[in-house]
Amino acid sequence: MEALKQELKGKIIEVLNLEDIAVEEINDNDALFGDGLGLDSIDALELIVLLDKDYGIKLTDPKAGKSIFQSVETMASYITENRTK
Amino acid sequence: MQTKNYISGHCVIENNSVMVNGVKQFELEHVPFSEFAKAAYKNFNMDYPKFFKMDNLSKLAFLASEIILGSKVKEGEDNNIALVFANKSSSLDTDVKYQGSIADKENYFPSPAVFVYTLPNICIGEISIRHKLQSENAFFVFEDFNAEFMTNYANGLLATNKADKVLCGWVEYYQENYKAILYMVEKQGDLNIIKK
Repeated sequence: MEALKQELKGKIIEVLNLEDIAVEEINDNDALFGDGLGLDSIDALELIVLLDKDYGIKLTDPKAGKSIFQSVETMASYITENRTK
Repeated sequence: MQTKNYISGHCVIENNSVMVNGVKQFELEHVPFSEFAKAAYKNFNMDYPKFFKMDNLSKLAFLASEIILGSKVKEGEDNNIALVFANKSSSLDTDVKYQGSIADKENYFPSPAVFVYTLPNICIGEISIRHKLQSENAFFVFEDFNAEFMTNYANGLLATNKADKVLCGWVEYYQENYKAILYMVEKQGDLNIIKK
């Protein structure tokens, strides 16, 4: 789980072009949207693609994203329970 | 009625250098555009993290416009500045990149963040959001820079009071070949409108 969280932080920085942020600066429970990393709706769609592409998880209910994408912690938990690759 | 307007400032970005009002302000040789753009952004002390998420055409337009608009846009005021841009390749550079993400049916992952830049006028939107401009804007696609058309268009906007100032010019990017020539046209200034 710890390794997955580190991996996720790196992928989030890479796919969302968060140039000024380092993996070490993202805490497991930091909010990804709003006051946290300040991600927007396009970023949310990009995270849905990331789940599909890298972990084989197809998110069919967009509303579910709100709880899944709360933080790296919640993302990692969801991926651990639902990944197909 | 003869209209006499002026260019009050201009910025040219090409060959990994930034010229402001005819003076070279920044240069970084032998690096790809993405690296040059990032270095220029830092050199001019810009502070807008969304810059890094933009495609290369928008980054180019943003850099040139930011340098000119920095001293022209007043926070909290109605900055009635029209944006009139043109180029040759439209958003083709990003279109090709996006096509790459949907070409393989077995590995089909269209990127939303790439898709949003598959229109050339998105760069105008980025600049408008950045400076809270709710003004006239247009993005034309021409084979070459059409100085007469752009001059007439800018003069028309100023003459009819559709805009107080017009930021206009050429913003072209396709596969590492790029050139931005943006200039501010207004009713007062110190240079005559450049015809060529």
